[in-house]
Amino acid sequence: MSATNIDDPRIVEFDVRTDEMLINMGPQHPSTHGVLRLALRTDGEIVADLEPHIGYLHRCAEKIGENLTARQFVPYTDRMDYLAAMNMNLGWSLTIEKLLDHDVPEKGRHLRVLIGEMNRVASHLVAMGTYGLDLGAFSPFLYAFREREKILDLFEKACGARLTYSYIAPGGATADLPGGWTAECSEFINQFKKIIPEFHTLLTTNAIFIARTAGIGVLSPRMAIDYGCTGPVLRGSGVYHDLRFHGEERYTELYDGYEFDVICMDSETGKYPDSHQGVYKDGLSYPEVPSDAILGDCWHRFYVRMLEVVQSVRLIEQSIAKYDACSGSHGEPIKLTQKLPLGEAYLETEAPRGQMGFYVVSDGQSNPWRVRARSSCFSNLYVTAPLCRGVLLADVPAVVGSLDVVMGEIDR
Amino acid sequence: MAEFFNEYIFGNGPWSWLGYVVAALIACILVIHVVAVGAMGFIWLERKVAGRIQDRLGPTRVGGKFGWLQTLADGIKLIAKEDFTPDVADRFLFKIAPYVAFAASFSAFIALPFADGVVANHVNTAVFFVLAVLGLEVFGVILAGYGSGSKWSLFGAMREAAQVVSYEVPLGMCVVVPVFLCGTMNLTTIGNMQEGFITNWLVFNDPFTFVIAMVYFTCATASVNRAPFDLAEAESELVAGFHTEYSGLRWSLFFMAEYGSMFLVSGLAVILFFGGSNGPIPVGDWLANLLGGVKEGSIGANLPSLGAITVGVIGVANFILKGVIGVIVMIWIRWTFPRLRIDQVMSMCLKYCVPIAAFGFIGAVGWEVLDLPTPNNLDEKSRYEYHEKWSHEYLETQQQTKPAANDRHARQAVPTEAIITTVAVSQNAVEVNGGKQ
Amino acid sequence: MSEIALVTQLKDKFGDGIVTVQLDAIDAWVEVTAPALLGVCEFLRDVEDYHFDMCNCITAIDYLHTDPKKAEKVDWAPHMELVYHLSSVATKLTLVIKVKIPRWKDEATQQLPEIPSVASVWTTAIWHEREVYDLSGVNFIGHPELKRILCPDDWEGHPLRKDYEMPLEYHGMRGR
Repeated sequence: MSATNIDDPRIVEFDVRTDEMLINMGPQHPSTHGVLRLALRTDGEIVADLEPHIGYLHRCAEKIGENLTARQFVPYTDRMDYLAAMNMNLGWSLTIEKLLDHDVPEKGRHLRVLIGEMNRVASHLVAMGTYGLDLGAFSPFLYAFREREKILDLFEKACGARLTYSYIAPGGATADLPGGWTAECSEFINQFKKIIPEFHTLLTTNAIFIARTAGIGVLSPRMAIDYGCTGPVLRGSGVYHDLRFHGEERYTELYDGYEFDVICMDSETGKYPDSHQGVYKDGLSYPEVPSDAILGDCWHRFYVRMLEVVQSVRLIEQSIAKYDACSGSHGEPIKLTQKLPLGEAYLETEAPRGQMGFYVVSDGQSNPWRVRARSSCFSNLYVTAPLCRGVLLADVPAVVGSLDVVMGEIDR
Repeated sequence: MAEFFNEYIFGNGPWSWLGYVVAALIACILVIHVVAVGAMGFIWLERKVAGRIQDRLGPTRVGGKFGWLQTLADGIKLIAKEDFTPDVADRFLFKIAPYVAFAASFSAFIALPFADGVVANHVNTAVFFVLAVLGLEVFGVILAGYGSGSKWSLFGAMREAAQVVSYEVPLGMCVVVPVFLCGTMNLTTIGNMQEGFITNWLVFNDPFTFVIAMVYFTCATASVNRAPFDLAEAESELVAGFHTEYSGLRWSLFFMAEYGSMFLVSGLAVILFFGGSNGPIPVGDWLANLLGGVKEGSIGANLPSLGAITVGVIGVANFILKGVIGVIVMIWIRWTFPRLRIDQVMSMCLKYCVPIAAFGFIGAVGWEVLDLPTPNNLDEKSRYEYHEKWSHEYLETQQQTKPAANDRHARQAVPTEAIITTVAVSQNAVEVNGGKQ
Repeated sequence: MSEIALVTQLKDKFGDGIVTVQLDAIDAWVEVTAPALLGVCEFLRDVEDYHFDMCNCITAIDYLHTDPKKAEKVDWAPHMELVYHLSSVATKLTLVIKVKIPRWKDEATQQLPEIPSVASVWTTAIWHEREVYDLSGVNFIGHPELKRILCPDDWEGHPLRKDYEMPLEYHGMRGR
């Protein structure tokens, strides 16, 4: 449905319609998150149609997976969503363990929660910072990255790498956390808790930010589910669905015994869950939902991510305590040439950007027969097209930024 | 200055025109240097302030610990860059656009007084002149956007044109208020009338003028395309807007034009509302008295007295300081807020700035008409005393009468054809060197 | 298990369309025939108590051993298998649908195998099916815009097929 259609109600009189402009946003562009090409058809400033073109970062991960063993494939999962690499590793490891029916010891499970949630915080910081950058607010970007640097330093101590970790492997993790790591992590968390309200002041409650994001790109719940959107995009539309609660048992057992909330607006009360056990500054309540914001718009998706950071901090605190109280093995990784049993397994995990699924089909050899990565951003990106019809050109980065896409995951 | 050259070098005969030409050239060079060096300084300042706001340091390597010479290094790099124009560009328009923007921004400084009498050209309708020339900058932007042959540039240029032209309306309305209060468009006069204590500044004249000053600052930020109104160069959407295709020296000209305009509108705000070159407490009198003057008839008889020079320098320093503070506020705002969308920018202009400016104008006028109390003594001062000070007719009359040596209100007479004076004469100059014939 | 009730409903409704049901596998799956696929999917999306309204993933698996010695050892003939992973947001259940199709519609002319598209059932399938078409070469009947998504538009061949060979060159760049 494009604006060239004569029956389009947006066109008042066919004669006075001006010609449409074909514009390319990307693939090299400061604001599309990665190499994404958005072919826009605009009538002046109003976008009539939008078509995303992907594939610029396609590196044939799935074909490569057929030539490597399960453990050898872990670095390739890093490079998919490189901003949340630990969660990618976790997804792949859990899938292989599901196929092998291998259980990770308790300490390893707490380790996985700790690392996964730390990476969720780092990933949401990037999402928040770059979203501000898309809209022209330059400073939150640096504040977010300052905090992220500290997380990356911690990760470097744990596994030696800052971005592509390959830390969580099938069977557990490649190595246990070094001594004193949890203490440093606690120190970071205590310092980070005080800073979270700063981000709200900079962006969430800023009048110009609200003017740019409230009411833009409204995604209805039905459309979100139909388009396969998951993660904060889905929860920002009011759908109560989080795989850490509702997913497969092999994944939800990781979070057994942890207290945290699913961040989703309660349709009856119109409020977000605000229990944070003192993570958010004492006495301060979360910023109010502005009156312009409609459920499912960019502001809500952004807000969901901000609140998820608080819940992740809660989880990190609990997991540090549980990890320290635990003794035993962190989970030795499986053999490099471990033969996978005949069969197939599919498992989705709640990655920071949505539900990331890995599908492994094995014919009994050590190399899988087929590897498939179901990317969360792949489906999230598709919804850009209907959301951006009829908006102004300046809203396109606002919408794409609120969906928080990473091309590495989409193209694999 | 011209008469100085004519007196000592060229003689007053057939070569006297050379004196004026040389004086004009010196004037141009001074103005361009002031603004170019100022732009360099502002770019450095922006990077430092931005760095601090973002919890980092900014340039720290070139030219010592604070990176003073960073902009110079960048300028050298830019000059050394390859100069190319895109294939699809309209060559002539593409090349001329930066110069148009640059010229518009810099020309407005001709009428901007840095202190009492320190101005490149005494323009009696300076306010009008400055606003008019400032509005020419948009031509450069449109030419750049169209001439680049790229859709993105065109988008940026069109947005900018719409924005700048719309914001000139509330800007003009805001500017009319101090003009009305002072009764003159002469910027030097307006600055001088705010002499004395800080309460004399027009911004404290009445609450409406205060609001008008704030609205002026907002509209000024919009008309020079600074964030949050910088969608003409919106990085994240249009790569770089109208100057996407520019690199090297051409791009640096746009940049200098932008920072020049920033200082210009900030300086204009300073003169119109914040006291011009006057400080919060009047030291001019006291200093001039202290430092004294020059004996009449000596070689330096035509030169200003030391007291006058000092007062002039302080005035210039005051003005620049306040202007820089205004620029810092603009920088501060830029690095704090996100960017507004074009329709929000336009609605802000038409739905907020214009009505508020209009109400402020009516309020300020009403305040004066109803003779409500104001903290300054503008009413008591004879406006004509300041009014005609630099006008050509007044200067002519001064030439004919030789003022008494101790006449506090006499002025140092200056030839009417002077194109530039660097003489700072405070209205309380004690020593008068006698009329120059 | 509620799955069994669902399976009974499916068998009742589609009869021969349902080929096998394997509930003991790690992920319980139901194999259907290609002609019945669209009906089954629509039914699954709309059925009471289940509402599989989210299509998580569509995968194509190429069952072919290029090495004839290995081909002798397995019990399946070369074919292509399409796997649909479905889930329900309301009931949090998941289900897998499998369809077996031949590798070529006509090997001589390299015509791709056909299967009805489920894009009308779940809109997200539009992009997943484009990816399957692009990488594994399956023609989806009824797809609104079936074109390549990850590979460039003028790419030849379907890379994820087991008998795929990288082209010697592409626009002057060496392939292998």
